Amino acid sequence: MIRDVVFAGVRVQARASGALYWPQCDTLIVADLHLGKSARMAARGGALLPPHETTDTLARLEAELHALNPARVISLGDAFEDALAPEALRAEETARLAAMAQGRDWLWITGNHDAAALPGFGTVADEITEQGVTLRHIAGAGPDISGHYHPKARLAGQARPAFLIGAEHLVLPAFGTYTGGLDCGVEPLASLVGPGLALLTGARLLACPLTRPTGRKDRRQRV
Amino acid sequence: MSTLPPRFAEWFAARGWSPHPHQLALLAATGNTLLIAPTGGGKTLAGFLPSLVDLAGGGKGLHTIYLSPLKALTADIARNLAAPVAELGLPIRIEDRTGDTSGAKRARQRVDPPNILLTTPESLALMLSYPEAPKIFAGLKRVIVDEIHALAEGKRGDQVMLGIARLKTLAPGLAVTGLSATVADPEGLAAFMGGAVILRADPGPAPDIAMLATRAPAPWSGGGAHYAVPDVMAAIAQARLTLVFVNTRAQAELFFQALWEVNDANLPIGLHHGSLSREARQRVEQAMAAGALRAVVCTGSLDLGIDWGDVDLVLQVGAPRLVTRLMQRIGRSNHRYDQPSRARLVPANRFEVIESVAALQAVDEGVLDGSPRGPGPLDVLCQQILLTACAGPFEAEALFDEVRSAGPYAALTRDDFDACLDLCATGGYALKAYDRWQRLMLRGGLWQLRDPRAARLIRMNIGTITASETLQVRLARSRGGAPLGQVEESFAATLEAGDTFLIGGKVVRFERLRDMIVEVQHTPTRNPRIAVFSGVKMASSLQLSHRVQALIGDPARWDQLPADIADWLEMQRRLSVLPRDGVLACETFPRGDRWFFCLYGFAGRNAHQTLGLLLTRQMEALGLGPLGFTPTDYALLIWSTDPVKDAAALLQPEVLKAGLDGWLAGNSLIKRTFRSVATVAGLLPRNLPGQRRSGRQATFSSDIIHDTLRRHDPGHLLLRITADEARRGLVDFDRIEDMLRTNPIIDHARPPHVTPLAAPVLMEIGRVSVEGEGREREMAREAERLMREAGLS
Repeated sequence: MIRDVVFAGVRVQARASGALYWPQCDTLIVADLHLGKSARMAARGGALLPPHETTDTLARLEAELHALNPARVISLGDAFEDALAPEALRAEETARLAAMAQGRDWLWITGNHDAAALPGFGTVADEITEQGVTLRHIAGAGPDISGHYHPKARLAGQARPAFLIGAEHLVLPAFGTYTGGLDCGVEPLASLVGPGLALLTGARLLACPLTRPTGRKDRRQRV
Repeated sequence: MSTLPPRFAEWFAARGWSPHPHQLALLAATGNTLLIAPTGGGKTLAGFLPSLVDLAGGGKGLHTIYLSPLKALTADIARNLAAPVAELGLPIRIEDRTGDTSGAKRARQRVDPPNILLTTPESLALMLSYPEAPKIFAGLKRVIVDEIHALAEGKRGDQVMLGIARLKTLAPGLAVTGLSATVADPEGLAAFMGGAVILRADPGPAPDIAMLATRAPAPWSGGGAHYAVPDVMAAIAQARLTLVFVNTRAQAELFFQALWEVNDANLPIGLHHGSLSREARQRVEQAMAAGALRAVVCTGSLDLGIDWGDVDLVLQVGAPRLVTRLMQRIGRSNHRYDQPSRARLVPANRFEVIESVAALQAVDEGVLDGSPRGPGPLDVLCQQILLTACAGPFEAEALFDEVRSAGPYAALTRDDFDACLDLCATGGYALKAYDRWQRLMLRGGLWQLRDPRAARLIRMNIGTITASETLQVRLARSRGGAPLGQVEESFAATLEAGDTFLIGGKVVRFERLRDMIVEVQHTPTRNPRIAVFSGVKMASSLQLSHRVQALIGDPARWDQLPADIADWLEMQRRLSVLPRDGVLACETFPRGDRWFFCLYGFAGRNAHQTLGLLLTRQMEALGLGPLGFTPTDYALLIWSTDPVKDAAALLQPEVLKAGLDGWLAGNSLIKRTFRSVATVAGLLPRNLPGQRRSGRQATFSSDIIHDTLRRHDPGHLLLRITADEARRGLVDFDRIEDMLRTNPIIDHARPPHVTPLAAPVLMEIGRVSVEGEGREREMAREAERLMREAGLS
């Protein structure tokens, strides 16, 4: 399911998967894949979580590429859990990722987790500006499209990863499977985006207004 | 050591006491013992007497560990023991150690332990995880497990038994004494202890127990028993101190509120339940002890513990559910050994009247109930393996033998043990991704932590209690107002500023959520919302359910029931079917433009809810258009656009089982169970209060982990443990199977309209609506409403 959004004069499509498609540039944008997360957590002595999230994330990304066949893919930062994660991937996972980049441009925007190292294909940049809109990891001077915060929003008691769309900032939900989230009502996210629209991802996209007429401003929760 | 030394005999005599026979019997016993005694039977002193006698001549180091399920109890016991120890002039040091004990004191205890240590299961597990454990416990002679009947009902008991197995390795010759209230199956409890000699105290005179006479008859449906409030008030006024047991916390809040509305004499009545703040509970306990209260409305929170007052009446509001627990509650009154306890039952609706009558008959016949819990769960074993590794390297073979010496794990297979060891070491995944990072490694034939620093994290995860996520409720003040209690996070999430709800018997208004604290103000509003406290709703025992079914199905015995109830059943008999022994009764009838299917399963609310989910799914496939269902403790009512014609086809065990294994495995009940299991097994870190406060995006939901595991690793051990646990808990599929097995005949009636037995079920709240992707629709509706309100659509 798709929803057309006009942001800063540019028409983009929010997808129920959490990816953003920019038809005019034939570009698919995804944020915060956090590949290699469970392996890196294990290496740091943390929990031994099921080591399947990288496969899962790649499979969902493949499905999006299959559906759209975009000329370019932009990863909005934190594609990898940390600087060592690219090497921690299993060989088949690395191969699968490289295969996805075949025949199209691939741009890695650097994030706070993976600034040091990225795999050996595609180009790397801190940010890029297209038609007056900057694409970067952490929102800065708008208008920009960014990731980093893993935003979530809540409807009828259910929290889901969500696109947040304000006047100056469009924040993407995290695409990675093992990624928690920050409620859109919590600072610094709430004041960053301001009034606008939240698009909840899931089986279908659900839109709801971002400024809600209730006293939930500093709700903070684990989702 | 078979008789009381003169010094002790004189002490008893000086007080005009003589030791109870069971106190002397325990003194004479050797090896493991299980003492079954009613409350007030001098059980605790009996447990400690052998230690006091043994230590009378002086002793060095740790001699006895006393384990209690309640932290508060250890402090009370320390106080109660201080008197005889001082009066007898015994050279014994007694100390307690719980989560509340200061770090300095705990550190000192590790170097210089007292002679008698009073502690909790979690604190013992923690102590056993330290490298110096062998030194601390080497000279240990006795372990006393208090309220062992309560511990044996859950995972804490399994952890205690694993801990004791460890202690026996460290201190061969250790003797264990279990102290228990009256239970249905003492032999089973002895087996749980890994074998013990059973000693029985004189049960005392038979209790004085009956139904509470009420002016109005019990209503058709509902669980509040508010019709009886004036009668309960009158009973309280006539007694010295009354305990009013209510089955759920929400009902306790409501009943407390209703009592105060008719409390014209302003009798001091308190409220006590597990969701109130510790301060609030302690205030009530102290007021009880001081004789300042006339009644306390409480839940299971007062089932255990010392006696805080001179209770002379126990009221059970709502169905008794379990005859054994009813007996234990009755024992809370008249704590004198030679006087009968006095109790009255207050059923909330007509079905509960029948259950109460059946329970009274069981009490009269002295037949107790309760089901064996099955073998020790593997998530607790995983935690034990990790904690053992924290103490030092171990040999798998030796640990396996040790674990098997614990009663709950006597039948553990080596395969299951190895699977648990693998889960602890590598996560146990089909994909061996973590071999480099495993938590436990085998070096020189011994298993040990790869990184010793991991011990700290593992210890932080200790314990088997995993409550649902709760948030503290406080009065909003500038510097943090008084804590009132806690509500579940799922309930807090539905609150909007200005909403009112009941907590601690007071109505409060939600202001805001700040730093994971629900801030509220007092408000005099009426009709507040009720905070939900979810969790396993206890079902009536199998035995009691069978009694109820048999009583309903035998018109010759209806003279044992109140006249209005007998008339009700007679009407049912004339119009439709009666549930009876060995017969699963069900009905199909039209009402309005819908068809209703009512099944009298007597399997408890959880099982009926699961059955509702399974049956409506099948009805959907058959094109019967199910619209919703209501599960109660006694029956399941489903409504649909078309009638159920072939009940037997719908109720085939294989079909139901297939549904359970298939789609239901992704159900939210299962996910809740998974979170608890994965936490106990040490795969998911516990949510610590400090961490949650920071609220960063670092944590992610256990639901995602569950879904990922199910998709990529469906054979994983944790999924197996989860399914096993849910079958007996939230999903309660075992009860459905039992229902079908014990009622092989299906009697399906087609009355022309709603029947007397079905009418109360129709009136019950708590409906579950069935919609294809119901949740999605609900969210979409909410989204549309918000967009409209904001003028965006």
